Amino acid sequence: MGMTYIQKLLARACGKETVAVGDILELPVGLAMSHENAALVINQFREIYRETGIEARVWDPERIAIIFDHRVPAESSKTATNHKRTREFVAQQGITKFHDVRGDVGGICHQILPENGYVRPGQILVGTDSHTTTHGALGAFAFGIGATEMAAVWALGSILNVEAPGTIKVVVNGALPNGVYAKDLILHLVGLLSAEGANFRVIEFHGDVIRNMPTSGRLVLCNMAVEAGATAGVVPPDEETCRYLRDEAGVSDELDLFAADPDAVYERVVEIDATLLDPQIACPHTVDNVKSIGGLKGKKINQIVVGSCTNGRLDDIEIVARTLKGKHVAEGTRMLVFPASWRIYTDAMEAGYLRDLISAGAVVCNPGCGPCLGIHQGALGDDEVALATTNRNFKGRMGNPGAEVYLCSPAVAAASALTGTITDPREGN
Amino acid sequence: MAKGTVVLQLENDISTDIIYPGRFMATVLPSETPQFAFADDKAFNKKLNDGLIPAGSFIVAGDNFGCGSSREQAASCIKGYNITVVARNFARIFLQNSINVGLQMIICPEIDAGEGDELEVRDNRVVNLATGKSFAIEALPRARQAIIDAGGLIPYARHLLLERVA
Repeated sequence: MGMTYIQKLLARACGKETVAVGDILELPVGLAMSHENAALVINQFREIYRETGIEARVWDPERIAIIFDHRVPAESSKTATNHKRTREFVAQQGITKFHDVRGDVGGICHQILPENGYVRPGQILVGTDSHTTTHGALGAFAFGIGATEMAAVWALGSILNVEAPGTIKVVVNGALPNGVYAKDLILHLVGLLSAEGANFRVIEFHGDVIRNMPTSGRLVLCNMAVEAGATAGVVPPDEETCRYLRDEAGVSDELDLFAADPDAVYERVVEIDATLLDPQIACPHTVDNVKSIGGLKGKKINQIVVGSCTNGRLDDIEIVARTLKGKHVAEGTRMLVFPASWRIYTDAMEAGYLRDLISAGAVVCNPGCGPCLGIHQGALGDDEVALATTNRNFKGRMGNPGAEVYLCSPAVAAASALTGTITDPREGN
Repeated sequence: MAKGTVVLQLENDISTDIIYPGRFMATVLPSETPQFAFADDKAFNKKLNDGLIPAGSFIVAGDNFGCGSSREQAASCIKGYNITVVARNFARIFLQNSINVGLQMIICPEIDAGEGDELEVRDNRVVNLATGKSFAIEALPRARQAIIDAGGLIPYARHLLLERVA
């Protein structure tokens, strides 16, 4: 019986001929990523060693990545102290993939990993962040874990007692119409599957639309696979994967490329005709509450947020800058832009996008996660409504349980910024 | 067997943002997180902090409890009160975090209980003593049984570490 991409990946990683769904495995970890919650991981890591008489050393300091992104620069003395302790741990353990609060190397973890060439096809990548699914866009088996789980990875180098997951195959054929993007596709899929439709499962993406999609779009799809509950999203690696890794991420070592078997067995196959898609909006307060834009046009918006690990990449900022160039964000609406990394920030600066955004009235902030989860900048007032290119709209998500968050593509965010209401980007201004 | 009162009844898709709002995430230690449990539900949070919720109480929820962010604070903050969560099912990361930190969870796909009902866990069923109805318990993932048996991931990982050195 044939294997899905992830079954095959697991078999290779574990040195087995085959892996069946439900097999219980101990997976050797290729990369272990944490952000500010490294502070908790460090605490739990030391707990594991307590009273063992063994010196607490991480299994491989070159396979651990720590990226400060959730609260940068520190918003409180508590965060600053967590940062400080984590820096000391990094130095003590010799951890090499450390991205501090710096303009030359900083950014959001789910952009820093791909753009620095840390992600590989076939890799087992775990992160103490649910959006670790992002890295499946480059053919890794990448999934979120908790801090204690990560502490065990740091100690042992493997992720224990993992059950090989079943896979949902999503085939997207046709072509995305003008004004419709990867974000609309994944919102549509989350609406279709529901917030728990892929719980404990992998989503494997196929079809013409995926084949023709640049890595920036694939990262969006896999990023939000977790919003359908998926353990991981994955795009089996192809020419575009190699192009991105070679040309954009500076990877020169040999790549391990393989595909799912033609007779692989999937739990479910979902076919989507992209040609029929409209811009999609996820309405409060669940990500699977997805509607086509039609019925929502004219909804008043107080704050627009462009950025995050989902849609803060250069092509996202380009769409917004081109729409806003020479125009103005509507009176009564605030617009915040958070590029996903400082590399993207400086590229956008050199392309003139930041100037266009600022001249139009947008506030361009430093790269970081802050507003997406209501922990640092961009909080909402009582009864306010936000339209955001981020990935979650849960009650209280942007720092106020009395506010509402709608999720959309950068194109919808840009068109709506000009009018101050939800606006279809295909209708022009 | 365990008997206790339902102190909170919740709907489907309760996210970790609801259980432990993001703005408190700089607080990480399991000894400090319980104060912020369900912080946006001010009345319930106050009861917890005032010591009005006895250990052994139950939270009852629908599908996909603990969806969203991987923040482990969401599991440790409930664990701090020794409350058991009974849900129709749990989101993966929350379920694993809960097993890792030793939070008591029961997967009970048909559970039907409201606030104030008394529940008893016996013979692999949850019995609602208020209605007399009982509901089957679904086993936790077998892959994780060894961690449950060890009393959590820290003792389990410590044991593996010592085995490797020996």
